[in-house]
Parts: sequence; C-alpha cells; structure tokens
Amino acid sequence: MNKYTISGSPHVHSTENTRKIMYRVLLALLPALLVAIYYFGWYALRLTLVTVATCMLTEWLIQKFLIKGPLTINDGSAALTGVLLAFNVPANLPIWMAIVGSIVAIGIGKMAFGGLGKNPFNPALVGRVFMLVSFPTAMTTWPKAAPVFEAGFFTDAVTGPTPLGLLKEAGVGTLAEAGDMQFLDMVLGNRGGAFGEVCAIALLLGAIYLICRKVIDIWTPLSILLTVFVFTGICYLVDPTQYIAPWYHLVYGGLLLGAFFMATDMVTSPMTTKGKLLFGFGIGVITVVIRLWGAYPEGVSFAILIMNAFTPLINKAFKPQVFGVVKPSKK
Amino acid sequence: MNPIKTFHKGGVHPEENKLSANLPIQDFPMPKQIIVPLGQCLGAPADCIVNKGDRVLTGQLIGTAKGFISANVHSPATGTVAKVDVVMDHTGYYKPAVFIDREEQDEWAEGILVTDKLLTDIKLDSKQIIDKVKECGIVGMGGATFPTHVKLMVPEGKKAEYVIINAAECEPYLTCDFRLLLEKTQEFLVGVKILMKAVNTDKGIIGIEANKMEAIELLDKTINEHKDLYAGIEVQPLKTKYPQGGEKQIIKAITGREVPSGKLPIETGCVVVNVASTYAVYEAVQKNKPLIERIVTVTGKSVKNPGNFRVRFGTPADLLIEAAGGLPEDITDVINGGPMMGKSVSVTNFPCIKGTSGILLMTLREAQDRRQTNCIRCGRCAMACPMGLQPFLLHKVAKQNDFDETEKNHVMDCIECGSCEFTCPANIPLLDYIRYGKAKTGAIIKARNQK
Repeated sequence: MNKYTISGSPHVHSTENTRKIMYRVLLALLPALLVAIYYFGWYALRLTLVTVATCMLTEWLIQKFLIKGPLTINDGSAALTGVLLAFNVPANLPIWMAIVGSIVAIGIGKMAFGGLGKNPFNPALVGRVFMLVSFPTAMTTWPKAAPVFEAGFFTDAVTGPTPLGLLKEAGVGTLAEAGDMQFLDMVLGNRGGAFGEVCAIALLLGAIYLICRKVIDIWTPLSILLTVFVFTGICYLVDPTQYIAPWYHLVYGGLLLGAFFMATDMVTSPMTTKGKLLFGFGIGVITVVIRLWGAYPEGVSFAILIMNAFTPLINKAFKPQVFGVVKPSKK
Repeated sequence: MNPIKTFHKGGVHPEENKLSANLPIQDFPMPKQIIVPLGQCLGAPADCIVNKGDRVLTGQLIGTAKGFISANVHSPATGTVAKVDVVMDHTGYYKPAVFIDREEQDEWAEGILVTDKLLTDIKLDSKQIIDKVKECGIVGMGGATFPTHVKLMVPEGKKAEYVIINAAECEPYLTCDFRLLLEKTQEFLVGVKILMKAVNTDKGIIGIEANKMEAIELLDKTINEHKDLYAGIEVQPLKTKYPQGGEKQIIKAITGREVPSGKLPIETGCVVVNVASTYAVYEAVQKNKPLIERIVTVTGKSVKNPGNFRVRFGTPADLLIEAAGGLPEDITDVINGGPMMGKSVSVTNFPCIKGTSGILLMTLREAQDRRQTNCIRCGRCAMACPMGLQPFLLHKVAKQNDFDETEKNHVMDCIECGSCEFTCPANIPLLDYIRYGKAKTGAIIKARNQK
C-alpha cells in the first residue's frame, strides 16, 4: 500500500550542506596559502600538510575507536582546523610541535565536547594557544619572508621579529627606522609573522569570496575591524609618538585572518546580527588592549577565545525579534 | 504599476519551477463514480443529509455544516448515491464520504444560474453576501481550507479597512491561481468587489509576486479600462520570496502592520482571501453556484504533460495523474499541494477536494531525505524564519519534551512554512520536531484554559 515516501513538509531542500560550507572556506584560504608558499617555501607547505593530516587522523581515530559513532572525516571541518592552525604558527616550527598542537586542537578543542557543532571554542585557536604557552620560544621565532625564487624552495629561513613584536620591544621609533613600516609590504605579505596571516590582499580576496557565497556575513569582521581602527585611532591621536597609526594595526599580526576566518566560525560565534556586532566589538577591544598594554605582542587569538566563551550568553541576550510580539506602532 | 513591496523578516527563495504557467485551464472529465468527502474544510466535517439510493442534482446540498468552523458540502455531479461510506483521503485517514454514481448529463439544482456571461451588478447587501458564501460552502482554497464566511464576519468593535487578495502563490510549482487570474480576470475582480462590499470597505488590494508579471499587467489594464466597475481595487506587486503568501507576511508586506502574536488578522484591519476563493465568491453570489469545482495543478519535473485542470470535487487524483502523462517511473513522493507546505500521500487515488491546489510528483533526487549531520549553530534557520523564531532552539527543546520552553519561545507563532528546514545545511528535520512541539504545547495551553 505505502508505495510512496511519507514525510513532513517541506519536501524540497536547498542544496546547501555543511560540507560545502567547509570546502568553500578552504577554497577561500587557498590564495593565502599560495602566498605563504611563495614567501616561506617548502616550510609553509610542509607544515600545512602535517597539521591537516594530523587533524584528520586524530578525528578519525577518535570517532572510530573512542566514540564509535559515524565518521565525518570528509566533511572538511577537520581539514579546515588543520589549515587554520598551520596558518597561525611560524613556518619553521618543528614538526613534532605541530603534530602535538593538531592533536590538542581536534582532541581537546573539538572531539572532547562531542565533535562538530558542540565545541565552545574555536579548535584551531585552542591548539594555537596551547602551543604558544607550551613552546613559547619556538612559537615566537618568526622566519622572515623571502620570495622563493630569491631564497630557494628548501633553504632554511632567516628569522627575524614581526612588526608587532618589534613594536612591543622597541617602540614606534625603532620600527620606523628599521624600515619595517612599509605599508605596501605589509599588505603584500613581505614581512615576518605566522605564515597564513602575512598577506592582507590574499586574505581579503578569500573573505570577499566567502561573503559573496554567503558563507559568512560581514557583521563580525566589520565590527572587529572598526573597533580596532577606532580604538587604536584614538590612541594614535592622543600620542603619535607612543602608538602607531590605526591602519597598521589592521594589517599587522593576525587581525584579518582572525576577523574573517576564525571569529566567523559558525559554531563558536553568535547567531543574530546584533550579537555578532557585540561579539566583534569585544574581540576588537581585547585585541587592542593586549597589543598595546599586554605582555604578548599579539592578542587576536586570546580575544577570540575569550569572546567564544561569551557566545552562549550573547545568544541568550540577543534573540531575534518575534513577529507580532511588540505591538505595532499606531498608524 | 505600484513599486514592489515585501516582508523583511526571514524568508527563502526556493527554485520556482512554475512548469505549467503557460498551460491554459482544461476541463477535466468526471469519472463514472465520484467520491465526495464530507470533511473538506478545517474544522468539523459536514453532516450527511442524503441516503443510499437518493438521486442528487449538480450543486445540491448533501452535507450541512456542523458547528461554527465548518462548511456545507454540495454534490459536484448529477447521479445516484451509491453509498455513504469512508474513503482514505489525502491525510491517509479514512473519512466519511458520499459515493455518487454519475449520470452523463449535468442537471443543475434549482436556482443555479448556468451561464458564462459576466455579471457585474452586485445585488446582495453585506449580510446577504456572507450568508450566501456560507450557504455555498466556500473555504480558503490556498490549502488551509478555513471557512471564508467566518473570515468575513468582522467581530463587534473591529473594522475591516482592507480586503487583501492573496495572489502571491509563493509555493513553487503551483500555477492554479495564476491561470485563474489570467483566464477569469473580470469575474475575479467582481469577486473582489463583492468581498469589499461584504466587509464594508472601499479598499481592495491584490498582492501578487513579481514573477507573475503577466497577471499584474493584465489586472492593472483591466482595472484601468473599467474604472467605474473596479474602483478601489489596487494591484500590489510583491517580491518573489517565500512565504510571501503567508497570511501574516502578506499583511505585513502590503500594510506594514504586524498581526499581534496569538491574534487574528482582523486586528490589523485586514481580511485576506485567496484567489480561487474570491472567484468562488463571485460564482456563489452572482450565479448562486456552490463550490463544487476548482483548478488543480498537476506537475513535477519528470511529468510528461503538466497541466492546470478544472476538476469537480470527488475526482480521484490518479485520473489527473494519468491525464498528465501517467506516473513517471522515478517518482518517490506524491504531494497534495506545493513542495513547501503540501502533504505527502501514501496512495494516489485520494479524491480531490476544496483544498487540493496541486498534485506534485517528485523524484527521489528532489525529495530525498538527505543525511542529517550535527547542528553547526550557523543560525541560518533563525535568519530564514519569517516569524522571528529560533528553530534550532525549538527543535532542541521539543525533542527533550520540554513544553514550558517551547511555549516560552513562541512555538505557537510558528506558521509551519518550512523555511528553516529548507535552509538548514545540516539537513535537520527542524519542522517535524517543531510541529510536534506545537501540537503538544497547544494541547497543554488548551487544557490550562479550560480549567
């Protein structure tokens, strides 16, 4: 009798799915990876491959032997964690450290909470901060960017400070003298730093793609960048000898990578527009406070993790406006 | 043409797939026996007033409305009552129905004017119109089948400012209202005038989605050509966006007013009526013809000859499918209505009734339940919800049987449009759980109010 499928409406479905979202983010990170390979050679590629493989393997092992649940290794989210983790570390980081970081990222950052969608903190950042506090020296020894055709693909990189590191240690004057404040170099990626974060143009290219494909929306990154710009702008106006101009803050460090690719992680960020704006504002303020007055030169990772913790509260506070609940204003 | 309006909260845009939009309405021949269910509206089924062996005429009353929210049922054909029994209708349940063995020729019941001539002169007054609508068993023909006369009875102390004709037809695939607008334009417009007279207002607004430009232009032209006849009627193009034809959404789009939570549309001074119902009102009031037929769209991507058929109620759906080229091999889902809000049926021989706007045949590829994955808290369901609810949350608390939480989070405001489930990237059956939560919560609220 029952020849046909009986199911509740709706009977059609958009073609969107989680896997597509993850792969689109990976695609959006590709330009930054290519730039990284250009500037850091083999090291960047090797590190990315190692973290991606370790993240995927860790997830697979945990799902197969600990949880004994469905395997979701091909949904792209573990690979994405791997890429983001690699993007946040120095290119010449010892491989074993990257492996430990990846295991922590997936094992503790994600699977310990039940896997995709259940983790309160961004797994890649959990891994990164774990490495930062465990291996402080290795994690802050930054290779200098050097185009592969000049330096060679497999050559050991020369290490040097990042702009934000310089700023913290030596102040604004030295930075300007060292010639490390060339805005164009900053935008193109010809500078020291974690290898995924260096090229602003590549990151923006990916971000525009994601916004156009509606994978992320503009509110969180916009709020972060505006907050950082305004906050550091005020400091700059108050005392230009003490603080650098706000536009440098936008392209220094991991701000763009964090704002567009990590703060927008759906699982760990608020759902409503108002919530996203507040979330971004929090990240911006914490980032600037750490950068200007904290012990670390860079604070994006900490800022995002701290605000991740507030996400459930923000979601509670900013619920969507229910239709017809507030009486419409009289005509 | 008026500038395009829309509602702003939520909404999705499924593939439109209006395959049968250019196909004229065909009269569908009736089979030897028709099966007329007595419950064809939201609310109580009608009481049967004929017996086995009685001869009934076309348009003769065979079931009388029982209770306030109920509608009369009339015989769609001339013939002899073979039996009064039960039949499995589109809901999958056995419901009481009158089986009529048909005679070849229609013999119309007394008082029904059989003519195709346009009758523009409205002779009845407001009360008489409402009585006539009630007598002729007219219901909302968009699918919800709420009795139309109940809508027209404006409660004491309220005033109807606008009659809004819901011609959005935002469901993908369906084209029955669009065809009716094109082919019975003047009759439809007289119907709007009748409704305006019934609720004592001089403003009638026809809301149509902008993907039906042909209808918008034709209506605009007709109204301009006959300014004296159709004064006060306006055509309002609406953005093509689902659920533009939701009652609350169309009121919001056109007037900017929000129906308060838990209240009826009349709170905003609007009475919303469907296109097919408006045409039925014309036929009832001008020609004394009860509601015995409607336009049904038979469609689907692998259907050979999709079409729009004028069908007398009680005609089994499988005959319509045959007329559309038979049931294709790859069909796994048969839907009564549109793909967003229609109900899937287990058999194809259910009788067509007042709410059957379409018969949609879907392939496995299109309708397949996709693999469900974890919620990634993307919030797209909340962004898509036209009622401003949080479907992911309602889904969770309904699953946990926490009906205090479902109530607190306004589960009763859900209009079951399915936008959340449509948009969910994790393929979670959000609406199934929300519907469950809504039913349970509704029962709890009802029990509490009775205490």
